[in-house]
Amino acid sequence: MPKDHGIGASSKRREDIRFLTGRGVYTDDMNLHGQAYAVFVRSQVAHGRIKSIDTSAAAAMPGVLAVFTGEDFKDVGGNPAGWLINSRDGTPMREPKRPVLAHGKVRHVGDAYAAVVAESYAEAKDAAEQLAADSEIEELPAIIDMAAALADASIRVHDEIPDNQCFDWGWIEDNRAAVDAAIKAAPHVTTLELVNNRLVPNAMEPRASIGEYFPGTGDYKLTTTSQNPHLTRLLVAAFVMGIPENKLTVVAPDVGGGFGSKIYHYGEEALVLAAAKKLARPVRWTAERSESFLSDAHGRDHVTKIELACETDGTFIAFRTETMANVGAYLSNFSTATPTFLHGTLMAGPYKVPNVYVNVKTVFTNTAPVDAYRGAGRPEATFSLERVIDKMCRELGLDPFDVRRKNLLTKDMFPYTTPVGLAYDTGDYHATLDKAMDMADVAGFETRRAASAARGKLRGMGLSTWIEACGIAPSHLVGVLGSRVGLYDAATVRVNATGNISVMTGAHSHGQGHETVFAQIVAEKLGVPEASVEIVHGDTSKIPFGMGSYGSRSLAVCGVAVTKAIDKIVAKGKKIAAHMLEAAEEDITFEAGTFSVAGTDKAKTFGEIAFSAYVPHNYPLETLEPGLEETAFYDPANFTYPAGAYICEVEVDEGTGKVDVVAFHCADDFGNIMNPMVVEGQVHGGVGQGIGQALCENTTYDDTGQLLTGSYMDYAMPRADDVPFYNVDYSCQTPCTHNPLGVKGCGEAGAIGSPPAVVNAVIDALHRGGYTHVKHIDMPVSPSRVWQAIHG
Amino acid sequence: MTKVSMTVNGKAVSGEAEGRTLLSAFLREGLGLTGTHVGCDTSQCGACVVHVDGRAVKSCTVFALDVAGAEVRTIEGMANLDGSLGTIQQAFQDHHGLQCGFCTPGMVMSAAALLAENPKPSEADVRHYLEGNICRCTGYHNIVKAVLAASGQDVSAVAAE
Repeated sequence: MPKDHGIGASSKRREDIRFLTGRGVYTDDMNLHGQAYAVFVRSQVAHGRIKSIDTSAAAAMPGVLAVFTGEDFKDVGGNPAGWLINSRDGTPMREPKRPVLAHGKVRHVGDAYAAVVAESYAEAKDAAEQLAADSEIEELPAIIDMAAALADASIRVHDEIPDNQCFDWGWIEDNRAAVDAAIKAAPHVTTLELVNNRLVPNAMEPRASIGEYFPGTGDYKLTTTSQNPHLTRLLVAAFVMGIPENKLTVVAPDVGGGFGSKIYHYGEEALVLAAAKKLARPVRWTAERSESFLSDAHGRDHVTKIELACETDGTFIAFRTETMANVGAYLSNFSTATPTFLHGTLMAGPYKVPNVYVNVKTVFTNTAPVDAYRGAGRPEATFSLERVIDKMCRELGLDPFDVRRKNLLTKDMFPYTTPVGLAYDTGDYHATLDKAMDMADVAGFETRRAASAARGKLRGMGLSTWIEACGIAPSHLVGVLGSRVGLYDAATVRVNATGNISVMTGAHSHGQGHETVFAQIVAEKLGVPEASVEIVHGDTSKIPFGMGSYGSRSLAVCGVAVTKAIDKIVAKGKKIAAHMLEAAEEDITFEAGTFSVAGTDKAKTFGEIAFSAYVPHNYPLETLEPGLEETAFYDPANFTYPAGAYICEVEVDEGTGKVDVVAFHCADDFGNIMNPMVVEGQVHGGVGQGIGQALCENTTYDDTGQLLTGSYMDYAMPRADDVPFYNVDYSCQTPCTHNPLGVKGCGEAGAIGSPPAVVNAVIDALHRGGYTHVKHIDMPVSPSRVWQAIHG
Repeated sequence: MTKVSMTVNGKAVSGEAEGRTLLSAFLREGLGLTGTHVGCDTSQCGACVVHVDGRAVKSCTVFALDVAGAEVRTIEGMANLDGSLGTIQQAFQDHHGLQCGFCTPGMVMSAAALLAENPKPSEADVRHYLEGNICRCTGYHNIVKAVLAASGQDVSAVAAE
């Protein structure tokens, strides 16, 4: 019988009620008294010198309250990069200033260089159009292609960076000579050059922010679409605006998806705060979707050459990777960590491979900033590995399932330290591979292929065995790796006098369902009904601290902080119970919501203890404070390492090149599962995004830096009829060894494991159809690319 | 500004609108019905779908003045009279057909229009009908399942309950 409450139950989501009835409150739903509206003026050229901005006409237009340009912010701080990465030669990365509004130069189409605030949105928009017309911007040659940017020193995104390179990173540099030698001596080397296509995250809620300023106290409030309000507070207050953190409250209310794009601080947030102070009125800005395409941080955009050296039986000897990673025109907050420590450290995959070396050059271009997008570096690593392995299998005539089985780490090898520095704590990669093969009925493939052939379709099957590092992250480790912050988290558990419970968590739910799942954990641990637990998140004035939700960290870091606070509640409850029951503290046990004296029938309910803590008439006041509220900070000892095996089947239409995903099977190991329904939903969503990357989505700039895919008419989002039902399993469970919940995280898995499975399936279908000259097709594997490959 | 009157969720309402005021803006800013969401500016995403005289309409594509006198229904009008979730809404909760909730109002309104036209749609019918509604969270799996379930069909055979 499945559980119907607590840990492991598929509890229905309580947050759904408000979302299904139109009562969610997203930032743009708020209409504050006296609210004014901001609209930004954005560069229409990819690279240009701002010669003049004549604000006089715009300022005089109806309803206009204020006009801002880069000049107004030239003396405040820049929006910093969160990670400092050193090049192979030890030199620090180049970190150009990222201003609130562009000043002097604009560096990508969509770079905001002015803003208008007016009584109404329409008036602000009208005036912004006037301001654009009254701006003289001298267009400069733009550099869009990464290789060209590194080669052509005559065009500089930032004048002070002559080669447009942020850094040239090696991981691990000490491995390099051994890897080179191993590849040179190997009996077989497979080489693959590939592109990990640039994506736009496209959370369905566009970014929005409301600034408020309270002149009586000098306090600011920022309501914004953020995955991590405390991090935004730190960046806005300490780095950009110079506001004391205790004078700024940041609230992230209902947020309509993030996928990474709402981790970062953006200049619009600083602008609405500055405008609110100037006008002493709330100022709201909401992005149009066109602005989102131009100014949200994009994802992926790697160009990679990978070499796989192996024995002729497919036993891996070495992996060597050279990658160019686009960071766009400015460094977004995580942009330097994504292609390095979230990518290079995963380049051993789940495999026994003794030699791995990764080189990453990060490149400035006149495009929007690029940063972490669902999976962040790990999809890029997985795609490179799983594609080159597939290519090697074809070159040597080996079975891709056998090759994985031969090379996967075995479960007796944990803990296992990879040649690229991660310490995998536990796993059973053969179990997930076997499970996926069973789910996919691999043995029955030939029958299905024949049926597809009878309908005129080529059918192929593709495999991906993936691993990620998440539960981000151990602070001591990320500090060594260049992070400017710690990545612990915090929670407060407040038991009220009447026994109901408020939990303040540093995680932020923007679709993940924390309000339900965290309540399940608290209910289980304290033996109370889920309904008596309220999860509070997304408000720096209410919660102790938090680094927010990304990197599949909510449960593995923030959730564990909640359990640590609960442990303190139980420990204090035992002291209270010992006093009330006139027993020794060490004789008190706590189970299913009851404090008991071991071996007796003397007991107090959790509610009685809570009441006593607040009405301490019979209470050890001389040794114990009244009240029942505890805070815990938790810093994880290691990353967590979810892993799994994905099998995709596609049908390819030879005549049109169209690919249909007809089956998708996921066998994942996420460790312990808190809410199966929510876990499945996370995998579905990740796989949907992965299929989108593999088949549909691409971000295209022309040579002058104009974004050609700037709306949903040109950027192909996956739609309901582009994807199948997914077959998801999480029964292979090796609980994480270093957190008390045994959880690993599930939010990014689908987006990491799925793209290579899809592309491998397409290549398989083409080979089975006789098109054996097709070695690789870059994503998105669109009909035109497949057709061109067929007719190569 | 022109005064415009219509019926929204069974109530007669009126408000001021400019010629360029979209129905989505009239509902959200004018009437405070913020359940109708705006997720794009090209009539692609479907978060703003409402019913106008019984037909599913992208409210960001219609001027408020053009629906004067019409019967408009929004997500705020989809619950049962006692406030409990309607059949489609309940199916979305039961089958986890939403995550961040932003596309959800449009999905529910489109699903309602589909089921009014086609009470027992196939999986392919549902997927095709929802082409105009983009969801970034769910991979559509549980949305399709929820719509099939709301139509009274057995979805227990759908992979990965």
